[in-house]
Amino acid sequence: MNAFARQAVSVNITPPVTAGASRETAAPAAMRMTISKVNFWYGAKQTLFDVNLGIATNKVTALIGPSGCGKSTLLRTLNRMHETVRNARLEGEILLDGKNTMAQDVTLLRRRVGMVFQRPNPFPKSIFENVAYGLRINGSKIPVADAVEKSLRHAALWDEVKDHLHKSAYELSGGQQQRLCIARALAVEPEVLLLDEPCSALDPISTAKIEELLVQLKDLCTIATVTHNMQQAARISDFTAFMLTGQLIEFNPTPQLFTKPSDPRTEAYITGRFG
Amino acid sequence: MATTTSPAHGASPLSGSRHFVNRADHGDEIARVITFIFAASVVLITLLLVLSLWQGSALARHKFGFSFFVTQVWDPNAGIFGALPFIYGTLVTAVVSLLIAVPLGIGAAIFLAELAPARVSDTLEFFIDLLAAVPSVIYGVLGIFLIVPLMRSYIEPALKKTLGFIPLFQGPAYGIGFLTAGIVLAVMIIPYIISVSREVLLSVPRDQREAALSLGATRWESTWKVVVPFARTGIMGSIFLALARALGETMAVTMVIGNTPQISASLFASGYSIAAAIANEFNEASSPLHSQALIELGLVLFLLTFILNGIARLLIIATSQRGSGTANA
Repeated sequence: MNAFARQAVSVNITPPVTAGASRETAAPAAMRMTISKVNFWYGAKQTLFDVNLGIATNKVTALIGPSGCGKSTLLRTLNRMHETVRNARLEGEILLDGKNTMAQDVTLLRRRVGMVFQRPNPFPKSIFENVAYGLRINGSKIPVADAVEKSLRHAALWDEVKDHLHKSAYELSGGQQQRLCIARALAVEPEVLLLDEPCSALDPISTAKIEELLVQLKDLCTIATVTHNMQQAARISDFTAFMLTGQLIEFNPTPQLFTKPSDPRTEAYITGRFG
Repeated sequence: MATTTSPAHGASPLSGSRHFVNRADHGDEIARVITFIFAASVVLITLLLVLSLWQGSALARHKFGFSFFVTQVWDPNAGIFGALPFIYGTLVTAVVSLLIAVPLGIGAAIFLAELAPARVSDTLEFFIDLLAAVPSVIYGVLGIFLIVPLMRSYIEPALKKTLGFIPLFQGPAYGIGFLTAGIVLAVMIIPYIISVSREVLLSVPRDQREAALSLGATRWESTWKVVVPFARTGIMGSIFLALARALGETMAVTMVIGNTPQISASLFASGYSIAAAIANEFNEASSPLHSQALIELGLVLFLLTFILNGIARLLIIATSQRGSGTANA
């Protein structure tokens, strides 16, 4: 833990790609994903500047920062979802288990790196079919019904929906829909789960449920979540990255970042002086 | 003169109107009444339309009763009028046109909304809107001078050769008839289907696409299995808009259908549609019974449209409540 924490800090201070790579060999299991020198543009507007970050295996990593700081953009580069936007351009390297994601088949990559979005976005299908969707398109060999039940259990939704799996997903509450979306993402057994402000459209009780869920889920997969809620980051994450105007300002173990921030801008943000 | 008016006199109508405005919730009440009148007028016009058709066809309705719907003979000289050949012609041409236009139109809409670059999509959309605005008589001319000769010399003989064992494709190839009318109608309604379906597809929330992509779907899988099903209510709406247009189309159909009131299993045969019959015969209606029978045809067309719209509504309600794909779960 401590070794990794130091490493995370030093990644921030000394960004070269080779340094990140050599550290990864030093602590092989620590990093599921590594972001090295990532610059990003929408058209002519640069939104990420030389970002270096590691997503630790089976931990929760939170990205925080004010609106427009690039945290969502950074998250979306991890499963190459940025490619759906016209004029988006990325420079730098993102590794998944040491392999460059840009060189992989994008559909396989996205199967390994799942995503949950800001607004619950279930398909207009039954609860069952929502969870089964990923299995079906990927031609899964596992019996679909078993996998659906397993995913719904992992998403802590099974007990609430097991008696009406064939009702429309739209009949669920917002919080249930979001947990359904998590179940849908988990069904294809991703190694990494990305969450883009998963609670911002939810009430406090639903939010608490999802937070609890994320903490449990880290045994199952690696989690990276964007949030504009600092308390949430403090509650659920092991590591927190603070971003500002497209730059990674500070990346540290969560307790350290919130109690002893090493950058004055982090301190200003977490004490509520801006953002 | 105006300046001599005392303040009291000038103020009283003003304060009166202010009082009224206040009473009317600062205009909310007025807006409600006015827009209600506009909305009610739609219902009123529809009812008046039905009423005048109903009254105008009294003679024919009393004489023929229900047999009007099932009689195959339309003989003004003998005074026998049956609507069946016209109902048949209207439905057959509409079905043929939908069979052609729906796959083509939806395919084109998917290309424009999902796959084409934005500039190509917008440019093509301009031309499609242009096509939708072309008067139907122009399509009729196109039908007579281009499609009819093509049908007579190439398409119908080829169909006869390959699919001639089906009764639909038997009989002499005149070029005019149900099939040609259906094709001309298809050309006319495709722009509606493309234009509306494209809009509907473009309005599918981005996060639906992204949800599919994030599960490892290819672009086509996300389009075909998520975006299109999401948009299917609107796509069906575009199809029924097109169907309504096809049912009521008069000019282009009458130019290519052959205008013979007969029922034939062959699509190559001449036929007649309700709208074409009314347009062609109304001026020359020889007897009150003849013109009343034509008015009753109008009533039948109205009824047909009404029933098909009702079915469409039910279909949309049924499919939007039941999530798709639950059957194979």
